[in-house]
This record gives sequence, structure tokens and C-alpha cells, in this order.
Amino acid sequence: MECAVDAQSLISISLMKIHNSRTQRGGIKLHKNLLVSYVLRNARQVYIKEKYAEIYRMQQYEEVMTVCNEIQELNPLDPEPEDAEEEDLEVAALSCCAPLQDGGGKEPETSFYRSCCMETPGSPCDPFAGNGSHCNKTTVLDLDTHVVTTVENRYLHQDCCCSAPQCAPVPDSPVRKRKGDFGCCASDLEEVSDFSASRKRVRREECTDPNYTDTSNISNLISIFGSGFSGLLSRQADLEQICSKQALASLGAWTRAIVAF
Amino acid sequence: MLAGSGGDMQWCFSQVKGAIDDDVAEADIISTVEFNHTGELLATGDKGGRVVIFQQEIENKNYPQLRSEYNVYSTFQSHEPEFDYLKSLEIEEKINKIRWLPQKNAAQFLLSTNDKTIKLWKISERDRRADGYNLKEEDGRYKDPNSITSLRVPVLIPMDLMVEASPRRVFANAHTYHINSVSVNSDHETYLSADDLRINLWNLEITDRSFNIVDIKPANMEELTEVITASEFHPNQCNTFVFSSSKGTIRLCDMRASALCDKHSKLFEEPENPSNRSFFSEIISSISDVKFSHNGQYMMTRDYLSVKIWDLKMENRPVETYQVHEYLRSKLCSLYENDCIFDKFECCWNGNDSVVMTGSYNNFFRMFDREHRRDVTLEASRENSKPLQVLKPRKVCTGGKRKKDEISVDSLDFNKKILHTAWHPLDNIIAVATTNNLYIFQDKLTG
Repeated sequence: MECAVDAQSLISISLMKIHNSRTQRGGIKLHKNLLVSYVLRNARQVYIKEKYAEIYRMQQYEEVMTVCNEIQELNPLDPEPEDAEEEDLEVAALSCCAPLQDGGGKEPETSFYRSCCMETPGSPCDPFAGNGSHCNKTTVLDLDTHVVTTVENRYLHQDCCCSAPQCAPVPDSPVRKRKGDFGCCASDLEEVSDFSASRKRVRREECTDPNYTDTSNISNLISIFGSGFSGLLSRQADLEQICSKQALASLGAWTRAIVAF
Repeated sequence: MLAGSGGDMQWCFSQVKGAIDDDVAEADIISTVEFNHTGELLATGDKGGRVVIFQQEIENKNYPQLRSEYNVYSTFQSHEPEFDYLKSLEIEEKINKIRWLPQKNAAQFLLSTNDKTIKLWKISERDRRADGYNLKEEDGRYKDPNSITSLRVPVLIPMDLMVEASPRRVFANAHTYHINSVSVNSDHETYLSADDLRINLWNLEITDRSFNIVDIKPANMEELTEVITASEFHPNQCNTFVFSSSKGTIRLCDMRASALCDKHSKLFEEPENPSNRSFFSEIISSISDVKFSHNGQYMMTRDYLSVKIWDLKMENRPVETYQVHEYLRSKLCSLYENDCIFDKFECCWNGNDSVVMTGSYNNFFRMFDREHRRDVTLEASRENSKPLQVLKPRKVCTGGKRKKDEISVDSLDFNKKILHTAWHPLDNIIAVATTNNLYIFQDKLTG
């Protein structure tokens, strides 16, 4: 009885069960679908946590490498006595923001995204959900290709890496300009050590992109309404809850199809 | 005669009903089994909407050790497939539950239900017929009026016993969701029916209305977190009933407290063991059956892996827990893939509440002797079906070296499942339903 107990396969199996239940004799079985949605939620949570951990590991690695490079390149500054403290913080800010800069300002704002988008096409890429960002995310099953993908802000993630307009910083973002003008999504000095906060802020901005494509683009896909019945989410302190609620709100029609009574 | 010990008692094969074919017709799949209050009658319902009632014959003088055989008494089509045109849904004719009413007169009454409609059936015997009509011939044709010259009174003459089943009441259109339980009240006047989200109270005489006594449907269906899985009236307190949920909780309600019993009087719940947490924790904690003990002091619940006995006076944990097939815990993922994890096993008490029984896979069923702290695994199979053949206890090998006569977990046939079992209320006779066969076992009478 071999079985892949990995989250991704459980997600696809669960989606297929929900899909099949629509054609079963006797109508949709509410109890069974509720239980399947619990499995879906559990698998999704594990999957997201794994992804986030993976990305964080990658980020840390990049950060370490870049800091090393920066230390080698750093020129001694002429600090004014009263600015000494600020300079220390600045250096700290510099080192912390370094990954976003990606060596010299070449598309600094996209480097972070690039690392996330380095996922193989077709695999769900879900970098932000674990840290409470307000992203609309839905896992969908394409009935034609049987591919499970994550729909983010109603864009298919498979093709967003190259053409994501969100990757550019929004002009009115609360970016603090300071010496050196990194010109990118720098975090507040107080939160200089908190990567997730900086990412969260950027993400929040880009999530309010009004130009979402019509859901008819994904007309063949079945959405699984985030993680199923939103009441399940209230049990969890998990930050994914916020994403799913928004995903749920956007998928009323699909949800109603499943709760067909 | 209820020695009641599942441990040192030996069980023998008595009878098996149903087709021998390996190819199972879907309509023949047994979906419910129930003894009546005296144990004389045994009813089964199947996926094809039919009810078959067996009756225990008077003792067989030639074979006194063969307690009494059950033979077919009545067969009728209880429910037919229907179509809900509004929702474009087919309504299955499968009989979900049968419950007998206590006998009041010569006739027998039972409630049978499918997903949407409950029916009250009257099963009556006719062993006499009227003869000597004035206006009709023997074959029923009307006589020529001119040929009638005298008047006579028809007389009742004996005839071959005929058992008739007639639908006396149809309780329809009260359930939006799938009915999972019916339970007759001890007042013998009312009964409850439960679906996924609501429980209704009916009067047996009145079909055009029912009272809703429990409603757990949320205002927004997207906020749904649990459903009702089973419900039963207390055996002697006519104001009390329980319902179990998919979250593993049981609520006891008192109908005197309020008209709508959404607020429970007691909530029975055992905290989850965090070390057992898995993707499937919610599924395996869902309760598939709840049954009061005959004395009304305890209730038993069945979830996917265990049977729990609860003292009605203690809400925070069960008093006894029995593992049915703990070796399946490591196989939950496969069981999820093949849908077996959604199987709803039932459970039952023996007449004096000393032994409980439930089914498992590979046509195994388990008995737990509460008194002697013993349990046994037995198998219902055609191979052990010689008259009065004693059933040998079975054992599942969970790892390591497999002993002789043990069966390894990976060899279990998960298509052969025993979901429905019933215990005679007054005697050590059990009815065990495999997919399409009904096995009757009895304890070995000594002497």
C-alpha cells in the first residue's frame, strides 16, 4: 500500500474527489466533502509552510553571500560624530536590504521575486502566504492538463514570473529614502531585521492591483475556494487565513456550485 | 440466556443469506440490519430500496442445538429512485435505516428511510380469506345479477399464510440534506429523523408536518465546520436524545429545555491526542454511529479506528476506549485515496450491555467484552459456513514475523467490509452483514 503522503499530491487527490462528487448518484454528499476540505486545508498548510521554509532558507543563503560580498566592497565612510549611530543602523539596513539590491541596482526590486519565481513552471509558487500578506491565492486544478497551479491575484503563476507587473514598486509606497538611496523597497530602520515585514508591505501594495483578468481566463479550472469552508479557518491562527478569505470572496460562484443545496 | 462473555464464549455459524456470487450486484448491497424488540424478526435494507424481513421459526425439533432458523418472512420494495427536478438531483433508493416500532397488536410496524423520505410500513399476516360472496364468483368476476336468488353470509376459511407489507404513512419533504438516522421515542408516539444539518421530530400519525428541534446550519454555508452524523432517542427518557457530529463530539439535548435544542444540555468530547495529529485527523475523529446502552446509562460511539463508551454523567472523556483496527493508522493515506476512510461503521450492544460489537475490513468483526476486558476478532466467510462450525478467532499481524494463521495488514481485503451488525436483544444471536450477504451466528450451546 504505497502512498505519497506529500502535501501536493494530497491536494490534487482531494480536488479530484470534490470534482467527482458532483457527478455521483444521489447528489453531493455534504459530510464527505466537508471532510475532504479538511484534508485539503491541512495539506495546503503543510505545503505552504514547507515552501516558505524553503524560500527563507534560500533567502538566508543569498543574504549571507551578499553580505560577504558587501563587506569586501565596503568603503570606510567619514562619519559625523552625531551620525555615528545612524550610520551603524544604516549599515545594518544596507546589509539587511542587500538581497533586494542584488549587487548594484539592477532591477533590485525583482531579485526577491526572482528567487521565489525560480520555481519550475507549473508548480505552485506561494512565497508570501505564510507571513500574513493580503494576497488572493487559490489552488486550482486544470481539468484539461491535470496540472495543479496556484492562482495569485487571479494571475496564473505559471506565466507571471516574466510579465508580473506587480514586481515594480508602486510609486506611492512608503519607502524611506536615505543615504545611498537604494531606490527600492527598503524597510523602516526599526524593522530592519524583519524581512517578513518588508516583504509584507510590498506585497500588500501590489495585491491591490485593480487590473485583474477576468476569471473567464481560467474557465476550465475548478477552484477549491481557498481551503474549503472558511469556518475551518477560524480555528487556525495561521496567517494563510487572510489569503483564503479573500480567495473565498472572489470565488462565490464556484463555492456555490459545490454547496449545491 | 445471556452469559455475555465475548471472551470465553464461542460463536458458531448458523446461517448465511444472499447470493454466493462473487460478482455483487449493486442493488444487493446490504445497507442496514435491525432486530425487532423481541428478536423474532430481523430486517435488512439494501441499496436497491428493498426490505427483507426474516422470522425466527419455532424451534427445530430435529436439531435442538440449532436454536432457531431465520427464514424469509416478507420482502417488499420500500423506496424507489426519485428525481428532484428543482435541483436536478437523483434521490437514491438506498435504505439508510430501519427501525422497528414496539408491537401493539397483531401487526408489525417499521420505519424505513432513504436520503429524503421516511415511510411507516405495516407488516401483517393473513391466514384466512373470505369465501361465499353474494355478488362475486370465486375468481372475482361479478355474477349475473339475475342468477342471484338467495343471500348468504361469507365465511372465513383458512388459507396459506400471506404476509403483506403496506405503506401506512409517508413522511416526505422535510429534509433538505441526506437523512442519516431515525429513532423511535420511548413514548411510542413520536420519532426523530436527522440529516446532515437538522433534526426533525415527528408524530407517527401526522405526515404533513414535523417540528425542527436541531438546526446547525450556519447562516453562510461557507462557514460550515461540522455536520450531524447520527442521532438517537434515549431508551427510556422520552425528552432526551443525543446527536453526534463529524467533529467527534456528542451533544445530549433535553426537549423540555426549549423548543429548538441547538443549545445542548451536555457536550461529550475527548481532547485530541496531539501526537496523533495527521492530515486525516478530522476524518478519523468523525463519529459514524452512536447507540445508547439498553439501560440508558451509557452510550457508545464509533469513529474510524475506535469504539468509545461514555458514561452519560461524564462529559470530558469516555470511560472505555477500544481500538478496532489501530494498525490502520499508518495506512490512512492509502485509505483516503481509495475512499475507505469514509466508511461508516456501526456498532451495537448485546442485550445486557456487557459486550459491544462492531465491524472491520476483510469481513472481520470485533467484539469487546466490557466485563472481562477481553476482545476477539472473528470472520464472516463462506469458508467457515458449515452448520454449527465454531468460528476461530482471527489475528492481524501488525509487524515483524507473521505467525501461522495470522494475516498481515497488507493482505487485508478492503473491499470486504462489515459496516452493519446487530445483536438479538434477548439472546446471543448476532446478524452480521458483509457486502451482500447476511450471516447469522449464535453462541455455542453447551449440553
